Amino acid sequence: MPATLTNAAQAITGGFANPVFEAQAVFRQLMNAMANPGVLHAIETNVAPPAPLTAVAGALAATLFDHDTVIWLGPVIAREEKARSWLAFHTSAPLADQALDAHFAILADPGHISSFENFAQGTQEYPDRSTTLIVQLPSLQGGPALELTGPGIKDRAVIRPAGLPDAFPALWKANGGKFPRGVDLVLAGPDAIIGLPRTTREEAIANVKEAN
Amino acid sequence: MTIQQTDMATYNFAYLDEQTKRMIRRAILKAIAIPGYQVPFASREMPMPYGWGTGGVQVTASILGPDDVLKVIDQGADDTTNAVSIRAFFQRVANVAVTTHTKDATVIQTRHRIPEETLGKGQVLVYQVPIPEPLRYLEPRETETRKMHALEEYGLMHVKLYEDIARNGHIATTYAYPVKVEGRYVMDPSPTPKFDNPKMHMSEALQLFGAGREKRIYALPPHTEVVSLDFEDHPFEVQKFDQPCALCGAEGVYLDEVILDDKGGRMFVCSDTDHCEKRREEGHRGPLAAEAPEMQS
Amino acid sequence: MYVAVKGGEKAINNAHRLLADRRRGDRSVPAVSLEQIVEQLALGVDRIMSEASLYDRELAALAMKQARGDMIEAIFLLRAYRTTLPRFGYSEPIDTSEMRIERRISATYKDLPGGQLLGPTFDYTHRLLDPDLMTDGEVDEGIAAEAETGRTPRVSEILANEGLIESDGELPDDHRTGDLTREPMEFPMERDIRLQALARGDEGFLLALGYSTQRGYARTHPFTGEIRIGEVEVLLEVPELGFAVSLGEIQVTECQMVTQFKGSAKSPPQFTRGYGLVFGQSERKAMAMSLVDRALRAEELGEDIVAPAQDEEFVISHSDNVQATGFVEHLKLPHYVDFQAELDLVRRMRAEYEENQKKQEGNGGDTLEAAE
Repeated sequence: MPATLTNAAQAITGGFANPVFEAQAVFRQLMNAMANPGVLHAIETNVAPPAPLTAVAGALAATLFDHDTVIWLGPVIAREEKARSWLAFHTSAPLADQALDAHFAILADPGHISSFENFAQGTQEYPDRSTTLIVQLPSLQGGPALELTGPGIKDRAVIRPAGLPDAFPALWKANGGKFPRGVDLVLAGPDAIIGLPRTTREEAIANVKEAN
Repeated sequence: MTIQQTDMATYNFAYLDEQTKRMIRRAILKAIAIPGYQVPFASREMPMPYGWGTGGVQVTASILGPDDVLKVIDQGADDTTNAVSIRAFFQRVANVAVTTHTKDATVIQTRHRIPEETLGKGQVLVYQVPIPEPLRYLEPRETETRKMHALEEYGLMHVKLYEDIARNGHIATTYAYPVKVEGRYVMDPSPTPKFDNPKMHMSEALQLFGAGREKRIYALPPHTEVVSLDFEDHPFEVQKFDQPCALCGAEGVYLDEVILDDKGGRMFVCSDTDHCEKRREEGHRGPLAAEAPEMQS
Repeated sequence: MYVAVKGGEKAINNAHRLLADRRRGDRSVPAVSLEQIVEQLALGVDRIMSEASLYDRELAALAMKQARGDMIEAIFLLRAYRTTLPRFGYSEPIDTSEMRIERRISATYKDLPGGQLLGPTFDYTHRLLDPDLMTDGEVDEGIAAEAETGRTPRVSEILANEGLIESDGELPDDHRTGDLTREPMEFPMERDIRLQALARGDEGFLLALGYSTQRGYARTHPFTGEIRIGEVEVLLEVPELGFAVSLGEIQVTECQMVTQFKGSAKSPPQFTRGYGLVFGQSERKAMAMSLVDRALRAEELGEDIVAPAQDEEFVISHSDNVQATGFVEHLKLPHYVDFQAELDLVRRMRAEYEENQKKQEGNGGDTLEAAE
């Protein structure tokens, strides 16, 4: 991201060059990621939002957000005016007063997530009305092994995202216990995503040998 | 205000505007996260009538990209008029490659049948759905059926199936046969014959369901448990045909009855036209194929 | 011998060509122009605009011509076009009290400020087919009463001054007006969305439901407080300018029904209201809409729901004629796969029945031959 651009310029540059086709390509990967949790799905994009938003998170935002989606930004992102302006310009998404109102959230400091309960959980009659969390991670490899089962997964899958809080397995189990309500996650790495719909069951594997 | 002469090129790719696509895409993501649950969406007026596939068309239009290969079938056939019309629509507004071959398609939009050929990883099956609510004919009110799904109270459905057995000795539902998804939501598979129900279970493909007039989208991710409702002493059974396809000899596939004359002459042929053509290309012949002239492709 | 059915595409193309040919009809007869439709079939144009939710007389006329006079087909065409139009925003609510009135009547008062202005109405014509209209004879200019400028107070205001009528539909201050064409329908509905659905709803369906409330299927004791038809200004707030800009005028028909009074131990009785508003001149629709609006307020007003016109889910789910015709007419599409499944079951059940009959006859000791 060019450091010499003015703040205003940073807000308006770095979006989709070709919104129709780029949004479709990103969406298809995201759809596949949610339909096949536990598999990394590459996101190739030239989207360049200001820090601390990552390119992948920016691409997801540009694909999904608009003036009908209320957004909640994690504190690390929320206090960066350039990041907020970028989102406002490229998506027109209104910002939520509280996480409970949000259709989507972007979190840049996932190690500090203490709960998913603050977000919209949906209702028993409308479980779809819950927040989808975009969780920026430094890497989707090299972290503790998590074994996944559930719809979209043949038998089982193992993922090793880095940067999730230690309490993640417990938090995710609590989320799953609310089914059909509960939040859905998109783990956003530097160049790929992993979808974690609420139906995915996860077990931490303490002593799994790393694959070669 | 005068209306400009427009040609289709001036419509957005795949007809829908980007805001509508985003709205539908968001609904699709939530549908995938809650298999079998009907997500409400703000269905748009489309250039074809409600009830003629607008839900399927909106779902397809929202996911379609320039590299996709699209197949459209109705009653299992590529050449039925509505399938022809919808395929032509997408060719015009998306300039997308089309095919009649199931195995070559990345997106298949269908009405009332699941292809005989097992679908594979990466394929998407988009169903056209007239009435998404499996309980609708038992309870006309949406306010009530939504509560039933919320509370997993499906007693009405079980009573109906039980009454069928008591009255007729059979469950009288032969199509749109309700299923339970991942042990939670009861779902309507769309008016596919119950013969096709087993194909939905643990499919490798993603299955998306669009109901335009009723404004609902629902989904089955791959590798998802889909079980047809039944009773222990009346287990779910698919239809059996007592003869093979008259043209290609296929067995264990769904057959269409074709009336040949007014004296009761009839023959049974594959409903899935691609499947039948493929078999005939491979050399298979059914009992009446010898008398039939060469099929034109 | 059997040949696989192909040529669906060719059949469709030929059907379209035939349709265009029939639409045009006898080539020696002059083609009907959009101007003729706008001028001389104005009430049809008005209905199409209302039920398509798009105010454009020329486009509505084009839709009518393309639809060969089939109103629901025309409404469908115009709605589909509307969906493709870019949206700039929402106008300010139109102020019908500032209307440039062409017709204004009230059944509740013999005379009132602003007067009873008959305007161009069929009401008191004798329904005798007029052979003069078979030719294009000369027609006298109409004599319009002095157009009412400025405010003509509403009947409802007159009643409100005495505290006799409930206030004009209250929603909380932070309520964001919904848009039925952009949100999925949900029951129970807020009154604003419900009125949108009624405004777009099929005239015939609402007419029948309104009629039913007059015949004992629920009862609202309606009196026509006022019907006014005329031009109102459409204003759009432009954020960059900071003030509202006039986009022009549209013609609307507004009907305020004064209906069954309601009171309780805590508050003295007041009349209640039903409301109807449509594009163009369409009294029948505006009146029917106001009757059904009032009937659907039954729950809000603590009335028992005893009749179809009060059943919100039933009325609103079936009021959209484009959806209705789509689904009814979809029965023309092939359904042979499902029919095959039914045939299979019925044949099987009949075979079982015959089997049982034979068994029973066998048990009876008779030696009747089994029928073929």
